[in-house]
Amino acid sequence: METDWIWGLVGGLLIGTGGAVYLLGNGRIMGASGIIGGLVDGSGWNTFWERAVFLFGVVVMPLILWPLYNVEIDTHMTTNWTVIIAAGLLVGVGTRIANGCTSGHGVCGISRFSLRGITATVFYILAGGLMLAIFRHVLGVV
Amino acid sequence: MRILLSLLAGALFGGGLFVSGMTDTTKVQGWLDVFGNWDPTLAFVMGGAIIPMFIAWRLTPGRRPLVGGEFPSLPRPELDHRLITGSVLFGMGWGLAGLCPGPAVASITYNGMGGLIFMAAMLVGMGAAPAVGRGLDRMSAAA
Repeated sequence: METDWIWGLVGGLLIGTGGAVYLLGNGRIMGASGIIGGLVDGSGWNTFWERAVFLFGVVVMPLILWPLYNVEIDTHMTTNWTVIIAAGLLVGVGTRIANGCTSGHGVCGISRFSLRGITATVFYILAGGLMLAIFRHVLGVV
Repeated sequence: MRILLSLLAGALFGGGLFVSGMTDTTKVQGWLDVFGNWDPTLAFVMGGAIIPMFIAWRLTPGRRPLVGGEFPSLPRPELDHRLITGSVLFGMGWGLAGLCPGPAVASITYNGMGGLIFMAAMLVGMGAAPAVGRGLDRMSAAA
């Protein structure tokens, strides 16, 4: 659709405003992998409720906005279980080892011209592009 | 106050991911798929998100967070093998499924069984990460 980029921009502004609230309000970096990962490995249990309530907001808001859309919403998720499990494991391990994902390194890092954030973003975009080139155009799996 | 601000930030993040279409895996893979039907939407999302965050960072010097305490101490601007290896592993998974942690959470109620399995695998990966990271440190030290 030709209006997709407008919704992308609007959604992006909302995402960035969320990050600004989290930073200026709570003094935290809004990184999804860090917020989740801290609950998984125990490093963030001392801020359990701050993290849990944030994630609750992330899950609930799409359900509130959902009725405003009169079009069918489809995530087009792959049905290949091997791909889903491999991808989930890679995303989980990778984001925690790199200490950030698209929100932490991408949004919060690039916006302060962080060398680490920019480098991480370049590498995960290149790796993602390469995987699609191989698994879609060569192997035809995804 | 801290909890209310967390809820507000989470709602803005989840709402933004939803309206921008970032929980649709074809839009994410479309951005990464330069050899296919390239979709620039993700660049607009990223650009849009960076604007308020840029302003927020400009407001931090000389101030304190609203709830008190300190702003997060920022890592030294050094590149290490963890940042590179981790980002490559993450990017591989991101490309394969078209999901990263934020959208995986935001879409958990409407992404079917695939979304739940992805989430479970991601949590397992996150749990294994400290051990995998230590293994990488040893390999890096030996190299």
